[in-house]
Amino acid sequence: MKLIKTLLAGAAALLVSAQALADINVGISLSLTGPGSGLGIPMQNYYTKVFPQTIAGEKVNLIILDDATDPGKGVANTRRFVTEDKVDVIIGSTITPVAAAMAPVAAEAKTVQLAASPVGVPPGQDGWLFRLPQGNDVMAHPIVQHMKKNGVKTVGFIGYTDAYGELWLKAITAEAEKNGIKVVAAERFARTDTGVTPQALKLTSANPDAILVVATGSGAAMPELALLERGYKGKIYQTHAAATPDLMRIGGKAVDGTFVVSGPAVIAEQLPDSHPSKKLAIDFVTKYEKAMGPNTRNQFAGHAYDSQVALEKAIPMALKKAKPGTPEFRAALKDSLESMGRTIFSHGVMNWTKDDHWGYTNETGVLLKVVNGKFAVEQ
Amino acid sequence: MDFSIASILALDGITNGAVYALLALATVLVFAVTRVIFIPQGEFVAFGALTLAILQTGKVPGTVWFLLILATLAALSDLVQGLRQHQPAARIAVVMLRTLAFPVLVSLLALWAAPRNLPMLAQAALTLALVTPFGSLIYRLAYESLADASVLVLLIVSVGVHFALVGLGLFFFGAEGFRNPSFWDQRFSLGPVVVSGQALIIFVASLALIVALYLFFERTLRGKALRATAVNRLGARLMGISSAGAGRLSFTMAAFIGALSGLLIGPTTTVFYDSGFLIGLKGFVAAVFAGLSSYPLALVGALGVGLLESFSSFWASAFKEVIVFASILPVLLWRSLRDPHGEEH
Repeated sequence: MKLIKTLLAGAAALLVSAQALADINVGISLSLTGPGSGLGIPMQNYYTKVFPQTIAGEKVNLIILDDATDPGKGVANTRRFVTEDKVDVIIGSTITPVAAAMAPVAAEAKTVQLAASPVGVPPGQDGWLFRLPQGNDVMAHPIVQHMKKNGVKTVGFIGYTDAYGELWLKAITAEAEKNGIKVVAAERFARTDTGVTPQALKLTSANPDAILVVATGSGAAMPELALLERGYKGKIYQTHAAATPDLMRIGGKAVDGTFVVSGPAVIAEQLPDSHPSKKLAIDFVTKYEKAMGPNTRNQFAGHAYDSQVALEKAIPMALKKAKPGTPEFRAALKDSLESMGRTIFSHGVMNWTKDDHWGYTNETGVLLKVVNGKFAVEQ
Repeated sequence: MDFSIASILALDGITNGAVYALLALATVLVFAVTRVIFIPQGEFVAFGALTLAILQTGKVPGTVWFLLILATLAALSDLVQGLRQHQPAARIAVVMLRTLAFPVLVSLLALWAAPRNLPMLAQAALTLALVTPFGSLIYRLAYESLADASVLVLLIVSVGVHFALVGLGLFFFGAEGFRNPSFWDQRFSLGPVVVSGQALIIFVASLALIVALYLFFERTLRGKALRATAVNRLGARLMGISSAGAGRLSFTMAAFIGALSGLLIGPTTTVFYDSGFLIGLKGFVAAVFAGLSSYPLALVGALGVGLLESFSSFWASAFKEVIVFASILPVLLWRSLRDPHGEEH
C-alpha cells in the first residue's frame, strides 16, 4: 500500500514538473455548487468551451476547481494551486466572501489573483489582487451625470441594509457632492422585508428630485412600487444589480421610465457606436452564444472573457522577462497588468495601475431607461 | 410626523401585524400541544407564496415533488415500524396507504391543474391543499419519535428542520423572488389613508381564522382534545387522547396557517425562498409576548410588533430589526418578574 502511494506521488510529481517546464498554468476556483453556482457555471462554460488553448504561442493549462461557495474550500483550492500545481495566475472566485478569503493565500505565494467579484480589500493589502467587475463609484458616475444634466438638485436613497447598500450610499454621496447634488434622505430595508411603506413615506415627504433604489435582481421592484404607490413623481434610478428582466417581471408597467445603470457587456448590440466597449462586447456575445446557444449571455461569462483579454495582453509582456512557472514570471505578470495601460474590456475600459486595482474608467457605465417593458439606452 | 402620516403608518403596521398574529397563534398552538418551539413556521409562508406564484406561471411548483418525497419517506417509516412490531401485511399496507393517499391525490391534482391556468381562487385553494400536509409529514419525520424529549432538544431539532427547509426551498423554488398579483385591486380612501383591497382581505382572513380557531377549541371534541393535551399530556393520554395524533393535528393546522399567511402577504412584497424566516421570527416574538401560552395576548403582541416595526422603519430604518427584536428583552424581564417559576421539564 505504502509503495503504491509513493509511486503515485512520484508519478504525480513528475507529471506536474513536466507541465511546469513550458506551459502556462492557470488555477481557476469557481462556485459551481451552492448558492453562488448561478454565477460560477457560466464562467466555467466560457473557460471550457471558448477559452483559447494557447496564449502568445505558449500552451495554457486550465485547472478548474469547485469551491462550493465556501470560503474555506476556496482557501484550500488556492493552497493547492500554489503548492501542487505551481500556477502562474489564479482566477476566482465568483462570490465576494470566497474571493476575499483566497486573497491572502495568493498574496503570500506572490501570485496574481483575478477576482470575478468586487472584493473590498483595503488598498495596500490588494497588491496581488485585481478585480474584473466594476466598483460602485464607476457605476455611480453615469447616474450622477444624468441627474446633473436633468437639473436634479436633491436625491433620496433607499437601499439594502447590507454591504451592497452601504457601498452604494458611500459612492453616490461622494459622486453627488462633487457635482453639487445633495443626498437629502437615506432609508434602509432588508431583502426579505414584508413592505417598505414607512420608508417610502419618509422619502416622499422629503420630496427629493430623484431617488436611487439600491437592491438586487427581483428584490429591486418592491421599493420602487412602494414609492409610486405613495404618489412619488420624480425620477427613479436603479443600480446595475437591478439591470435584469426581473425588474419588469415583478414591477410590470409601473416601472416604465426607470433609469438603470448597467455594464456594457450584456447589452452589446444596443450600445451606442461611440461606446469604446461595443466591439468587444459584441465579440464576447457572439463567441459565447455560439457555444452555449442564443440569449445565454450574462455578466459573469463576460468577466471570464475579460480575464482572457487581460491575459492575452499581459502574458506576452511577461514572457519577455521570465519563463512561466518561475517566481520571476509571476512578478513580471503583476507588473505587466499594472503597466499595460488603457485596455478595452467587454465590461468597460480598464486601466489598472500600481495604486488602483479596481481600474475601470468613467467611460464604463451605460445608463438604460425602461421603455415599454424593455431596456433602451438613454443618451 | 402629523396625523395623516401616523395613520398611514398605523395601517401599515396593523396589516403586517395581522399576518404576524396568525403566525404567533400557530407558534403558540404548536408549543402548547407538543412543546416544540417551531422556528420553521415562517417557511410555510414562503412555500405558500411561492407555490401560488409558480402555479400562476403555469408550471408545476417544486412543492409537488417535495411533498411526494416527504410522503414516501413517511410511508417507509410506517413500513419499518410495522415490520418491527410484526404487524400483519394488510394492516401495514392500510397504514401506508393512509399516509400516501392525500399527498399523492393533491400532487396529481396539481400536475393536472398547473398548465390549465385555473382562476386564482382555485389556485389558492390548491396551494393550501399542497402546503398543509407538510405540517403533519414534518412532525412525523422530525419530531414524533422525540415527542418526550426536553424542550431544548426539540428546539435544536427545530433549528435543524429550519435549515433543511430553507436549503430545500432554494433547491425546489430557485433563488428568484416572486410577487403575486393582488386578490382584490380595489382601493378605498378614508381621509388621508388609502386602504387597499388586499389589506382588507388580510384583516378579514385573519379575523375569520381567529374566530374559527376559537370555535374549534371551544366547541369541537378534537379541539378540546388538543387543549387537554396542551394542559397535561399524560392526563390526556390516560383519557384516551392520542398525543401523537394531537401533535400531527397541531402541525397540520400550523402549516395551514403558514400557507394562508403566505397567500396573504404574497401580493404585498417580493417573496424569496428564505423570506419566511424573518416573518416567522416576528410571529415568534409576538408569541413570546404571550408567554407562548395565551392566544389573545399573542394577538396583542403581534399587532404591537407590527406597529413597532412600521414606526421604527419610519424613524430609523437602519435600526428597524434591532428595535423590533430588542423589544423582546423588556418583555422577557417583565414576564420573569411577574410569574417567576422554574423550568417545568
